[in-house]
Amino acid sequence: MSTQKGREITISVLKYNPRSKVSKPHFVEYKLEETPGMTLFIALTQIREFHDPDLSFDFVCRAGICGSCGMMVNGKPALGCRTLIANYPTGKLQLMPMPAFELIKDLSVNTGKWMDSMSKRVESWVHSNHEVDISKLEDRIEPKVANDTFELDRCIECGICVASCGTMLMRPNFVGPVGLNRVARFEIDPHDSRTAEDFYELIGDDDGVFGCMSLMACEDHCPKHLPLQNKIAYLRRKLVALR
Amino acid sequence: MKINYCDALVIGGGLAGLRAAVAAQKKGLSTVVLSLVPVKRSHSAAAQGGMQASLGNSKMSDGDNEDLHFADTVKGSDWGCDQDVARMFVHTAPKAIRELASWGVPWSRVEKGTREAVINAKKTTITEDEDRHGLITSRDFGGTKKWRTCYTADATGHTMLFGVANEALRHDVDIRDRKEALSLIHENGRCYGAIVRDLITGELEAYVAKGTCIATGGYGRVFKQTTNAVICEGTGAAIALETGIATLGNMEAVQFHPTPIVPSGILLTEGCRGDGGILRDVDGHRFMPDYEPEKKELASRDVVSRRMIEHIRNGKGVPSPYGYHVWLDISILGREHIEKNLRDVQEICQIFNGIDPADEGPKGWAPVLPMQHYSMGGIRTKPTGESQNLAGLFACGEAACWDMHGFNRLGGNSVSETVVAGMIIGNYFADYCLANDVTIPTKTVQKFLDEQDKYLDELLAYEGSEDIFKIKNRMKQLMDDKVGIFRSGEPLKEAVEELKELLAKTKKINIKSKERAGNPELEEAYRVPMMLKVALCVAKGARERTESRGAHYREDFLMRDDKNWLNRTLTSWPNKNDMEPTITYEPLDIMKMEMPPAFRGYGAKGMIIEHELSAVRQEQVDSITEKMESEGKDRHQIQDALMPFDLPMNYKEKNERAGDK
Repeated sequence: MSTQKGREITISVLKYNPRSKVSKPHFVEYKLEETPGMTLFIALTQIREFHDPDLSFDFVCRAGICGSCGMMVNGKPALGCRTLIANYPTGKLQLMPMPAFELIKDLSVNTGKWMDSMSKRVESWVHSNHEVDISKLEDRIEPKVANDTFELDRCIECGICVASCGTMLMRPNFVGPVGLNRVARFEIDPHDSRTAEDFYELIGDDDGVFGCMSLMACEDHCPKHLPLQNKIAYLRRKLVALR
Repeated sequence: MKINYCDALVIGGGLAGLRAAVAAQKKGLSTVVLSLVPVKRSHSAAAQGGMQASLGNSKMSDGDNEDLHFADTVKGSDWGCDQDVARMFVHTAPKAIRELASWGVPWSRVEKGTREAVINAKKTTITEDEDRHGLITSRDFGGTKKWRTCYTADATGHTMLFGVANEALRHDVDIRDRKEALSLIHENGRCYGAIVRDLITGELEAYVAKGTCIATGGYGRVFKQTTNAVICEGTGAAIALETGIATLGNMEAVQFHPTPIVPSGILLTEGCRGDGGILRDVDGHRFMPDYEPEKKELASRDVVSRRMIEHIRNGKGVPSPYGYHVWLDISILGREHIEKNLRDVQEICQIFNGIDPADEGPKGWAPVLPMQHYSMGGIRTKPTGESQNLAGLFACGEAACWDMHGFNRLGGNSVSETVVAGMIIGNYFADYCLANDVTIPTKTVQKFLDEQDKYLDELLAYEGSEDIFKIKNRMKQLMDDKVGIFRSGEPLKEAVEELKELLAKTKKINIKSKERAGNPELEEAYRVPMMLKVALCVAKGARERTESRGAHYREDFLMRDDKNWLNRTLTSWPNKNDMEPTITYEPLDIMKMEMPPAFRGYGAKGMIIEHELSAVRQEQVDSITEKMESEGKDRHQIQDALMPFDLPMNYKEKNERAGDK
């Protein structure tokens, strides 16, 4: 907490309500006094309480766990709750809603709807015909395999990888890094009986794993530091070998 | 009027609500889940440390079973819980975790061979047997006899939530997010669904169902300093309260967690201490052994929180711009352990405080202070999850008081409760929906919708001078200052009076934007009065309860008073225009308890005013146990003789364990 106390900061927010007939996209500037440890969660809450009660944005856990608050901060996608004002020496932050998602209002975008459809598309659940008797001992899993599955299960569906994805701009139906990571997650999960062939059916095209141009901004910005580059390359090699 | 019909309506899309919805959908019911936020963003995701289930797989949990888990839960609750419910819970928990494993939750597993662990600040070697390799492992948590807390590193709630949400998708449960229930539709003592506002379009719609289940989580946000997500405002409990029929139970039972980080209030999991982390004061001294020689940092949360504040009051706190705090030191666990098992904790410390907790020495210590964490109170229900007064209304998870936590919840028991209650109550709820028809006239539905429609217009038309955000912030400050960890009569009385004033002020506001949609201030304007009603239930319940039990601690009444207070507080709001809740009490029957009231084994000794029946029942329990043991009966038969309990589905089946003879 090396922040200088009392610095004046300027937060500029793109405001727009697509449901209103009169609203037009425009920037509004808010001036605040910085407090030690101030994050965008704290700053935006203050703006709503003291300057503009009409400003829309989404926060839930405010701890970087739930993935609600992805937004463009000075042109780069980031979680608002994890963005420390102190890391911006000029004290000027420009906020915009993440692209690629349906805009609800101001900074609020419908990531939930997008993620829901992605989850259904890659059938984001364990596929198994094995009847489990929950009164009996659980199936044994190699500790390392459980851990590897967990590593990919850490994705919080914040949408930052989608907002930073170059392919997304060219292919609006691209399943996104988040979708490919999800497939990679079930591919290593021993509970899931799907084969490479099954996954090929889901993502074996240009809107799937072959669409990725390997620009890798997804991995650069992922707040959970998921190994997206590695996993996408792995899936591509595995699936291309099938044809 | 737009009416959505379904068989089963679930309000709240966290772990409890989603698991209940899966239960209903699997029984062939058309099931709708309504959620304020995309369900995978629910507060369940914030549960870090783990889920208690007595699998007994790993070395340090060997020999664990339902009986030990039951005893820990009852002691933890300071005998405030419903022991029937605690039994139902501990028996189903192992099944819940095995079900979740099959749904893909990547539980951390037992690794054969030796590994280093830190126990009581000392490096210790633990050797896992080969025949346990690959089974679900567990870690230590406060207030438990065995290492019982199963986990996926420190993101347990997150992986569980994704597992259950994915399963709900698989079963094609109809999940609708950004929907907020404003009131319950009810007639002749039965609930038929809810009036719901779409948070994107602002549109009001009715959801009519055979049964309604509320699973909206806790009410932590009525406090200022809390670990809870911003959506945990208790409005689910409030809409039940506002029926005037349903009651809330033990609302004054509020848990304060020992180790949120200062100042953001983000939780550092109990797993930090469970894995061997310790608390230090301004001198770097480890102080918990001075107060709790046996359990030290791992006494129950209420006890550790109070000891920390007590130590700060004794002049040993660390000064900071945000007041006094103490230190949490996990650096003694070693960098490797932290970077594997406590990575989210490390990230939180790095991002929000610029500290790397793996750094050795004072540099790596994190500033912590007890803050509000969990709501033991909630919608009062029978063990089946149905409201005692309003038929067809069910509640489960943190939103409910069915009541398995009494006056203090053990770490690892809440995330466990969410899925277990989702299984048990979800099935009872589904059975209710199968057996009962919708019989409500649309005219009645229209009346409930019109009421909310009119109310929203009314709010927008207020022309007062009060500010809803100021009212809200004042409430939070008041709850922290006067209804917090240490409570006493006079401040509680003041709190109740001022909360009533604040409630009156909510009718004197002036909302700047007059839009019915996309208007955050309007949302505050209808939520804050609900929050104030919930806060009044907490404060008044605390004012009336002149004893100390679990997390409810009265400095003017230090004893746990079994003689006069072995009961459950019930609050209701019979008339719309009342300014405070009505309180009644429901006694606990000692003669039906499997474990009559006694000393918890931690906290101050000799602080109980005994009930005469405790000893009588203990004698009964002892003689039944002794007799049956001599007849060669097993622990299940003895338990059944002492306190029989029911479960739906096949959940009553015995749980197999690797250590079974």
